[in-house]
Amino acid sequence: MSGFLVRQPGLLSLLQDRGRYGAHNLGLTTGGPLDFVAFDWANRLLGNAINATGLEVSFGGLTLEAEVESSFVITGAVAPCKLNGETIAQWHTLDIHAGDKLEIGFASQGTRVYLAVSGGFDISPSFGSSSTVVREKIGGIHGDKLQAGDRLPCGNVKAIRHYRLGAADRPAYGDFASLRIVLGYQQAAFDPTQQWRFFNSRYRLTDRCDRMGFRLEGETVHSNMVGMLSEGICHGAVQIPADGQPIVLMNDRQTIGGYPKIGSVIPLDTARLAQLSPGSEVRFEAISIEQAHNIHCLEQARFERSSLRLERI
Amino acid sequence: MRIEVAGQNAFIVYFADQASAAVSAQIQAAVNNILATMQDCIVDLVPSYASLLVIFDLERSDCFAVKRQLRGALSGLENLATTAGELITLPVYYSTESGPDLEIIAKRGSLSVDQVIEIHQLQEYRVYAIGFAPGFAYLGEVDERIAAPRLATPRQKVPRGAVAIADRQTAVYPAVSPGGWNLIGLCPTRMFDPERDPSMPVKVGDRIRFEAISREDFIARGGVL
Repeated sequence: MSGFLVRQPGLLSLLQDRGRYGAHNLGLTTGGPLDFVAFDWANRLLGNAINATGLEVSFGGLTLEAEVESSFVITGAVAPCKLNGETIAQWHTLDIHAGDKLEIGFASQGTRVYLAVSGGFDISPSFGSSSTVVREKIGGIHGDKLQAGDRLPCGNVKAIRHYRLGAADRPAYGDFASLRIVLGYQQAAFDPTQQWRFFNSRYRLTDRCDRMGFRLEGETVHSNMVGMLSEGICHGAVQIPADGQPIVLMNDRQTIGGYPKIGSVIPLDTARLAQLSPGSEVRFEAISIEQAHNIHCLEQARFERSSLRLERI
Repeated sequence: MRIEVAGQNAFIVYFADQASAAVSAQIQAAVNNILATMQDCIVDLVPSYASLLVIFDLERSDCFAVKRQLRGALSGLENLATTAGELITLPVYYSTESGPDLEIIAKRGSLSVDQVIEIHQLQEYRVYAIGFAPGFAYLGEVDERIAAPRLATPRQKVPRGAVAIADRQTAVYPAVSPGGWNLIGLCPTRMFDPERDPSMPVKVGDRIRFEAISREDFIARGGVL
C-alpha cells in the first residue's frame, strides 16, 4: 500500500491516535498525543474521525514524500513548513500530490507539531490503538519512532472542503503555563506549609522532560510518607520523590509506581505543559474534581463552537 | 476501605495499609463487581498491592455518579475466601548458569544453592500487581530466608524469562530490559506476547507456583540460554 515515504524522520516522530485504553491491566501505558488539543484540531480541519491516526513530530526535522493524492493539515508548535520548497500555512487544509515533498522544520514556539492526513494513516491497531510507545515496542510501525525509508500507508483521499482555524482560536505557545491540579492521592501527607510552598512557587522545566514524565526543579516539597506500596498512576499525576522535586507523569508513564503524589494535572494543562521547552516555567493551582469536570465540559463546548466558526478557504 | 480522588477522571480505592492474600481477594472481587455493574463508564482498572485505580470516561459519566456506583460495587467485600484466583504453575530452570545471583543469595542466608531453589518453590505466590513494563507481574511474598535487596548497580540487560527476587517480591522478566533484581533462573513461558490472546498467562489475583525443570526440558520448551 502506498502513502507517504519518510525521507528524514526528524528527532522523534511518532504515529499516534488518541491513545490506548483498557490495557493498563497488562501493564500497557496510554500513549497518544501529548498535546491532544492540537492533534484534535488537525483531524477536525480534515473532517477525520476523532481517533484517526496522525503524526506527532517532536521538535521538527521531518521530510515526507507523497505517493498518493491527499489533503493534510499541520497544527501545534509554530514551525517553518514547506511544500515543494514553498512556505505553507499551519492550521489550514491543504492538498498534496504524488511526488510532492513536505517538510516540517524545527519549532520556534512550542515543541510538538501535528500532521494529519485525510482519512488518517492506515496503521493496524495493537491492543485497540495505533499509538506508538517506544519503551513498550508497541503501536506505529514495529513499535518504533519513524525511520528514514518507512512508508506511512494511507489511502487516495482528498478533503471535500478546505478550512482554516482563525488565529484567535489557535492556542498560543509561550514559555510559561499555570497548571491546574485536581488534589488527590497522598495530598493529605503534604502538610499545609509544604502545600503552600508547592502552590506558591514557580518550577522550571529541566532537560529531563520526555513522553514518560516532565521533571521540574524549584522549591523542594516533602511529604510525611515513609515508604508506600506501589499503586496505579493516572495521567498527569504529580509525583514527588525523596529529592522534593516534582515530576508530572505524562502519556507514556509506567502504570504503577510507589512515590507520593499530590494530585493530577488536568489533561488540558498537560497538553500546554507538553508544548513548553526546558527552562520554561510553570506554577500549580489546586482545583477540585468538580471544578475539573466543569472545565472539561466548557472546553468541549468551546471546541464545538470554534468548529462552527471554521473559515472556508 | 477509602475512596480518594486520583485525577479529573479517576478514583483510587485503598483497601488496607498492607498487602495480603485477603486484601488481594477483595481487590479481585471489586474488579469483578465493577466490571459487572459499571462497564459502560469504565476506561481502565489498575489493581495493585492494596489499592485499585478506577479510571472512568468523562463523556459517559461524572464523578458524582461514579463515586455512588463505586460504593455499591465495593459493599460486602469483606470475608471473602482467600483461595480465590486461578492457580498457575510456571516452570523454571534454576542453576548458576541461568541464575547468576543464586550463590550470593545462598551465601547471605547461610544456605546451599539447592536450598534457595527449594525454598523459592515452596511458596504459593499471589500476583499483586502488573506494571513497570508490559507483562511484568509482581509476585509476593518471598520467604524471608531468600529475600534479597536490589542490586546496587542494575544490570543493563536482563534476559527475557529471567526469574528474579527483590526484597520479598519475585517476578519473571517478560522481555529483555535493564533491571536491578537478583536473578535465580529462567522460565521458558512467555509472560507477555502481543500476538497471542490472552497476551499474558497470569492476571492480578492469580496464585503462582514455580516448578524446577531440567536444562534439557527448558530448551525443549523453547527456552534460550
